[in-house]
Amino acid sequence: MSTRERLTPEPPSWLGIPPFPEAAKAELGKAQQRKNLRHATATIRTKRAIRAAEVDNWEELRTAAAQIKDRVGRHLDHYLVQAEKAMTEAGITVHWARDGDEANRIVGEIAKAKGVDEVVKIKSMVTQETDLNEHLEEIGIAAWETDLAELIVQLGHDLPSHILVPAIHRNRSEEREIFTTEMGRYGTPAPEGLSDEPAELAAAARTHLREKFLRAKMAISGGNFIVAETGTLVIVESEGNGRMCLTLPETLVSVVGIEKILPTVEDLEVFLKLLPRSSTGERMNPYNSFWTGVTPGDGPQDLHVVLLDNGRTNVLADPEGRATLRCIRCSACLNICPVYERVGGHAYGSPYPGPIGAILGPQLRGLDEARDRALPYASTLCGACNEVCPVKIPFTDILVHLRHKVAEYKTSKHPTVEQGLMKGAGWVMSDGRHLALAQRASRTAGLLVKGRWLGPMPIPLAGRWLQARDVEAPPTETFRQWWKKNRGDK
Amino acid sequence: MSAREEVLRRIRRATKDVTEPDPALDVPVDWTYGRALDTPDVLADFVEKVEDYKATVVRVDEAGVGQAIVDALAELGAMSTVLPDGLPSQWDETVVDSGIAVHRDHPELSRAELNVIDAVVTTAAVGMADSGTIALDHGEGQGRRALTLLPDRHICVVRSDQVVSDVPEGIARLAPGIRSRRPVTWVSGGSATSDIELIRVEGVHGPRRLWVILVD
Ligand code: SF4
Repeated sequence: MSTRERLTPEPPSWLGIPPFPEAAKAELGKAQQRKNLRHATATIRTKRAIRAAEVDNWEELRTAAAQIKDRVGRHLDHYLVQAEKAMTEAGITVHWARDGDEANRIVGEIAKAKGVDEVVKIKSMVTQETDLNEHLEEIGIAAWETDLAELIVQLGHDLPSHILVPAIHRNRSEEREIFTTEMGRYGTPAPEGLSDEPAELAAAARTHLREKFLRAKMAISGGNFIVAETGTLVIVESEGNGRMCLTLPETLVSVVGIEKILPTVEDLEVFLKLLPRSSTGERMNPYNSFWTGVTPGDGPQDLHVVLLDNGRTNVLADPEGRATLRCIRCSACLNICPVYERVGGHAYGSPYPGPIGAILGPQLRGLDEARDRALPYASTLCGACNEVCPVKIPFTDILVHLRHKVAEYKTSKHPTVEQGLMKGAGWVMSDGRHLALAQRASRTAGLLVKGRWLGPMPIPLAGRWLQARDVEAPPTETFRQWWKKNRGDK
Repeated sequence: MSAREEVLRRIRRATKDVTEPDPALDVPVDWTYGRALDTPDVLADFVEKVEDYKATVVRVDEAGVGQAIVDALAELGAMSTVLPDGLPSQWDETVVDSGIAVHRDHPELSRAELNVIDAVVTTAAVGMADSGTIALDHGEGQGRRALTLLPDRHICVVRSDQVVSDVPEGIARLAPGIRSRRPVTWVSGGSATSDIELIRVEGVHGPRRLWVILVD
C-alpha cells in the first residue's frame, strides 16, 4: 500500500459486503433509502409500461431480440472474429482480455504510453466489474466519472446501487451535501449557496465537469453494442457526457464484454426500439453515438477496444444459464423486483444488483464465495422480471437451476444437511409414504413454534433466503392429515 | 497462448453443443427489417414527439429557412454561432446579414473556442417520427461531432423528405453511411438527466436547447 494521497475519492469495497441475507437485513433498516427506492422504482416502472404499450408489436420485438442475442451467443467465435477484422480495418486497435486484471492492465498501459495522469469516463458497467478506477488510482492515474449519478457516487465515497441510476438510493439533500463538501477538493467547487434543486445540482455538475472535459486527453467508455459486420460501436446515453468522452479526447479506450455483439447494422433497429423504452421509459434517450473506427478530423484519432471475457465464457458454457448473456443492461428487471425495491442494490455485493445480478454474478464468478452462493436465493421467484425483460431472459428457470448448482456445489465441497435435503427431494416425491414422513417432520417443527412468527428459519434448506425475512410458522397439520380427518372417511 | 486464442478457445469449448455452423439456420430470427409504421401523418407525429422532449419545432417553407434561423438565434438569446461548411449559401448569408457573430470551423476551432460560442446551426440526415429522433451523419452542413456538442443551443434544419415513420426505416436510411464508416449521432431533445430523484432536468453536458426547423 502506498502512503501517497489519493487522486480520487476512495470508495468502499464490494468485498466488505456480507452475503445477501445479512446485507439485506442491514439495508432493510434504512428507512430513507427504502422510501427513495420505492418512489424511484415505481416511477420508472409506470413509465416503462406506458412506453412499451405504445408499441404494437412489442412482443414480436422481444422475441426477435432474444433470437438475435441467442444467435450471437451460439456463434460467438464467428462474430467476434468478424468484428475484430472490421474494427481493425477501420483503424481500431483491438485487444483481448481473459479477465478483469488483464483488461485493467491493458487500459493502464495505454494511459501510461500516452503519458496522461487523468482520464474521463462515461458510466460503464464493465469497468465497474473490473474495478478499473481503483487500478488506475494505484498506478497514479485519476479516473473521473462524468455521468451525473456516477459523479454523485464517486464524490460520495459510495458504491452504485442500480445499473441505470446508480445514485437511486440518495435524495437531493444528500446530493447537495456531497457536492458542497467534495467538489472543491477535486476541481471546480460547487457554487456558493447551492440549493438542493435538481436543476441547480445538475448545473453544478456541468460546471465541475466541463473543466475536465475541455482538458481531457484520454477517455474510457464501455459499449452498448458492437456491430460485427461493420465494427461499429454504439453508446446510448442521456446527458451528453458520453458524447464528450467519445468525441473530444485524442485517445478513446472502450472496454466491452464479448457478448455485446450484434450481427448487422439492421439488427440495431430492434434494440434501439427496445432499450430506451425498457430502461428509462422514454421513446428514445437523448443521445446515441455510433462510431466506426477513426474519422480523420473528427473525434479521437487513437481508438482501442478491449474485448473482455471475465467469466462470460463460463455463462456461455451452461446451456441452461446461457440466456443470461442476452442482457442489454436496461434495468427493467430491477425496477419491477419486489426484493430489489426493499433492499436496494448494495446488498447484492456487486455492480450488478436485482434479478440480473442474482443470476449473472454467480455465473460470472462461480460459486466459490458465500456471497455468490447466496445470490440465487435473493428472489421470491414471483416471475415479474420474466415479463418485463426486453430480451426475454427466463429468470425463474435460471434461478432454480442455479439453486440446484449451489446445492450440488456444497455436496462436492463439504457435505451438509442441505445436501441431504436436496438429494432427498427426489426420495420424498418418489413415493407417497416418503412424502407423509417428511411432512410429519415438518409438522413437528410447526408444533414447536406454534402460533409464533419465525425469524431466521431453523431449516437449513430454507436458510439463504429466509434468514433475510420473517416467515410464517409451518402448519401443525399436514394436508394429508387434514384430508384424512375431514374428507378421508366420507 | 495469447489472450485472443484463449478466449476463442473457451468460447468454442463452451458452445460445443452447437452443431449447425450457419448462424442463420441455427437460430432463425422472426423479424421483418426496415418496416414503416402506418402513421397517417408522419410529419405531425414527428413534431408532436420532438416537442414532447421540450424542444421547439417551427415549420417553414424553403424560402423562409434563413429568416427562421435568425429568429431562432434571437429567441434563444444567442449572440454568436458557428456555421459548419456546406450550409446553403442563402441561409448563411441571412445569418451573416443579421449581424450576429459568425464563426467558421476552419481552421478547426479549439474546444475552448467552441465552448464559448452560444449556438450551432446544422442540417440533418434523417428524422424518425415515432421516437422524435434526429440523426446526424456529420456530412455537409452538419459539421464534425464537437460542433453540435459544445455550444449550448442547437438549431437543426430538417427537410420533410428526410422524415420517416420510425426507427427501422431510419436505420435503413442510415445504413449505407454507417457502412462507409461515417460517425452518426442521434439526438432526441436536449441533453437531459433524471439522476436526481428521477426528476427530469434539461441540459447537463450537451446543448441544453434543441430548436428544430422543419422545412415543408
Ligand atoms: S436482464 Fe433483461 S430486464 Fe434485466 S437488465 Fe438485462 S435486459 Fe434488462
